[in-house]
Amino acid sequence: MAYDKFISLKSTMVPLPIENVDTDQIIPARFLKATKREGFGDNLFRDWRYNPDNTPKEDFVLNNSVYSGKILVGGRNFGSGSSREHAACAIYDYGFRCVVSSFFADIFKNNAINMGILPVQVSPGFLDEIFSIIEKDPSSELEVSLTDQTITILSTGSRENFEMNSYKKNNLMNGFDDIDYLQSMKSEILEFAKTRAI
Amino acid sequence: MSFDQKTLFDKVWDAHVVRKIEDGPDVFFIDRHFIHEVTSPVAFLGLESRGIDVIFPEHTFATADHNTPTINQHLPVQDPLSANQLKALEQNSAKYGISHWGLGNPKNGIVHVVGPENGITLPGMTIVCGDSHTSTHGAFGAIAFGIGTSEVEMVLSSQCIMQPKPKKMRINVNGTLGKAVTPKDVTLYIISKLTTAGATGYFVEYAGDVFEKMSMEGRMTVCNMSIEMGARGGMIAPDQITFDYIKGREMAPKGDAWVSSLANWKSLKTDEGAKFDKEYYFVASDIEPMITYGTNPGMGMGISQLIPKASDLSGGTATYDKSLAYMGFDEEDRMIGKKVDYVFIGSCTNGRIEDFRAFASVIKGRKKADHVTAWIVPGSHIVEEQIKAEGILDILTEAGFLLRQPGCSACLAMNDDKVPPGKYAVSTSNRNFEGRQGPGSRTMLASPLVAAAAAVTGYVTDPRELIQ
Repeated sequence: MAYDKFISLKSTMVPLPIENVDTDQIIPARFLKATKREGFGDNLFRDWRYNPDNTPKEDFVLNNSVYSGKILVGGRNFGSGSSREHAACAIYDYGFRCVVSSFFADIFKNNAINMGILPVQVSPGFLDEIFSIIEKDPSSELEVSLTDQTITILSTGSRENFEMNSYKKNNLMNGFDDIDYLQSMKSEILEFAKTRAI
Repeated sequence: MSFDQKTLFDKVWDAHVVRKIEDGPDVFFIDRHFIHEVTSPVAFLGLESRGIDVIFPEHTFATADHNTPTINQHLPVQDPLSANQLKALEQNSAKYGISHWGLGNPKNGIVHVVGPENGITLPGMTIVCGDSHTSTHGAFGAIAFGIGTSEVEMVLSSQCIMQPKPKKMRINVNGTLGKAVTPKDVTLYIISKLTTAGATGYFVEYAGDVFEKMSMEGRMTVCNMSIEMGARGGMIAPDQITFDYIKGREMAPKGDAWVSSLANWKSLKTDEGAKFDKEYYFVASDIEPMITYGTNPGMGMGISQLIPKASDLSGGTATYDKSLAYMGFDEEDRMIGKKVDYVFIGSCTNGRIEDFRAFASVIKGRKKADHVTAWIVPGSHIVEEQIKAEGILDILTEAGFLLRQPGCSACLAMNDDKVPPGKYAVSTSNRNFEGRQGPGSRTMLASPLVAAAAAVTGYVTDPRELIQ
């Protein structure tokens, strides 16, 4: 899918200080029945966000108007479990463009980048710093620069670098995707296929 | 020592790299691609909107499994959204010339059961599917892993995906397994030691005499759960057990092709002295029948033990407390004796014939506990037929159990097989996440033997007490 370019982002944050947030929480399997990539944001964190009678659970962060923004900050091992891209899709569709955690599950990380979401892995200490800043002042902002590969807490100036390989960085900054790249090397792939007795 | 020693994983990976991108992923060639109704429709929409075709339709295989009903499969699917996805799979397969095993097809079943049993999954291959449990196929010495829908679109259109090469981990388990300790217990034990993120960034090779002695069904169970410790996948070197399993299966090589394939497959093992980034060693006799007590597969324990205290574990207390509160359990509780409302045997983890043989060995001559609802769901029609042919169906019927039709079923509860809020299920599936088996459901993962013991007693029970 072609997506918006990601160069930098300055935003308030939504904190979710829970570890091992799995993709079944991000979007439960019963909401995977669409044949289009639309509307998943409504069911983001469905069972944490709504009661069985569909009334909002007031203690869940997405239902707390104090918190908002384009950056979701999650605990360690964010996105574990199923390969469902719908999880990244729901996060994007809800309006997030960046997820910050101290550790991401592999498949989720790939899916996020393929959706145009920037996953930013920070140190555990920096993650704690972010959570405590939000707790003190929910209007605190983060600035994420993909160009410089830095993440900065604006109120304190505290900053970390994050990793991103130059291929994926180029894709995100230009809104390219892997399918464009693969299509451009189709003859090379066809030649290679001849060597595989499949 | 030369620099030429390669691991099994290196050998298979390196043979599939079409192009290396500097400071980027490898362009990685895929031999076999499985698709199902839930994660493929959007990929086909993508192809249409870009106006591109499926490059090798003969290397993609479609089966309906995730949201299919497990009773009355001859009738129209009642849920309109599920029916719509099933129809999309059928139409997309027909449009692009992809073989499709839909409901009612004798080859239909769970993607990770039907691939191996029809001889599609072979050693040395690269195999992907829009499903994280694709790691199952690693049991054959293949590199197999789950992908997202964007990547499904990449494989359909180019037979390649973009993947950085993961790091390498070897997990060795040696010794003799104790009574009633099954491959499921081995994998739950490993995950409890490594935690749910312990192998993230790695591809695992399982080695040691426990795996060498294990059947293909058991190896599939172990490789299936690799993702539950965060690994991209897991694999086991192919050997005579592998070759015997494959030989004669419908789509396996025959004649001269068999002879040449076999020669190639025999080279698929880790060279002595090859280096791993991380290596673990476990002792088989330390493993007892396992059960999970929390809300991720790493929260597992020996069935005779007490639920650990948060202070004895690494990781956040808040997350641990939330997990136990969800389950309605306390630190230092005994698991044995906890009431069980539902029992599920099936899934890509434990839905093969060996699993139903194990289940039957415990329930034979006993009766289902009155308060237990049991879902007995074969992984495929071929497994279903084996269950009937081996007399297992008679044992099930005699004990008061009903055999259902194949599908993913209560493993992820996309169909009607949902555990109600607050109820407890002993499940042979792979995930005990909050709400995984239905909103508010509470899942305890275990082996088919532990599931059988719970089904006949109605409580968490050590299967060793029921086995001679």
